[in-house]
Amino acid sequence: MNNLKMAALAFAILSLSVMAEEKSAEGKAADEIAKYREMIADGNPAEFDEMRGAEIWKTSAGPKQANLELCNLGKGPGVVKGVYAELPRYFPDTKRVQDLESRLLTCMSSLQGFTEKEIADKAIGNVNRKPAIEALVAYVVGQSKGMPMAVSTRHPKEKEAYEIGRRIFFYRAGPYDFSCATCHGQSNRRIRMQDLPNFTLKKETQLAYTTWPAYRVSQGLFRSFQWRINDCFRQQRFPEPQYASEATVDLTMFLAVNSNGANYDGPGLKR
Amino acid sequence: MGGPMKIRASIKDGVTEVKVLMQHEMETGLRKDDAGKLVPAWIITEVKALHKGRTILEGQFGTAVSKNPYLVFHFKGAAKGEKVTVIWVDNRGDTRSDEAEIS
Repeated sequence: MNNLKMAALAFAILSLSVMAEEKSAEGKAADEIAKYREMIADGNPAEFDEMRGAEIWKTSAGPKQANLELCNLGKGPGVVKGVYAELPRYFPDTKRVQDLESRLLTCMSSLQGFTEKEIADKAIGNVNRKPAIEALVAYVVGQSKGMPMAVSTRHPKEKEAYEIGRRIFFYRAGPYDFSCATCHGQSNRRIRMQDLPNFTLKKETQLAYTTWPAYRVSQGLFRSFQWRINDCFRQQRFPEPQYASEATVDLTMFLAVNSNGANYDGPGLKR
Repeated sequence: MGGPMKIRASIKDGVTEVKVLMQHEMETGLRKDDAGKLVPAWIITEVKALHKGRTILEGQFGTAVSKNPYLVFHFKGAAKGEKVTVIWVDNRGDTRSDEAEIS
């Protein structure tokens, strides 16, 4: 009898210590990741893309041989400081809500004479090809670092974009019957080692949204928000969205508005 | 010539911390391009850091070092306002030298 009790007690102690060990191992991994983030915080190669983008911004290009210094990103022609914290927004000249990349397409076509299609078709880069528009994104978002997100829904079109974006977020489709919310609707979930932010919570949305666009260490490339959405659609097995299309802008609008109040902290650095 | 490095150097309690972000492809020579051909190796082979003409760090890099390498090191014996120079050489014979003031 005594022996049995002892054995039960020993088992209880053993399982407790195993549990404690498992927990600390998980905590340790998170700590190590945090340590890694801290170590590389000053070594974000996105800075090189920002530098390249700043150069491209003022360099003449395209059939009209013009630079982008007259480009209106929402705060007047040529203003770059702080614009990203207020995008997407409604633009009266195009009569639609545009995110940064959609607006850059507008500028590159109206000012420089490119067609939007020729830029959009090659807007997402790879190891061999680094599109100008990606560097421009890095440059522009870097100019909003530290500024509070303040995306408006005052204009009816902005309100509509937010609402459509919200619906797209919860819309289940495709061969796996996935919605964005399937992966991004619960806390403490991950894909392999990558934590998945829960976009139904303001805090997690803010943390994720304000650290994109970002340099992806595993790919050795700077990635824009259009790329981020494009790749989410791919993982959902949705048809590939058109670059800077209305659906992608509306979804961005949904996430951007839900991040309002947080300080923008990009370009980020991701695994 | 390669693109510029980002160098930050700051001194605290007599120890200078230098953070260097280099701009380099660091092709390992093992990757294949879209046509299936090997992309030739293109890597930084040597890194050197100088302070007032004195070599404070010397190292050899290889294919295991990532693209756009980031290097942090500490040394003693410098003062605010002095300069730290970092130089790299790659296997194509290209070289780049940048300097930063210690803050």
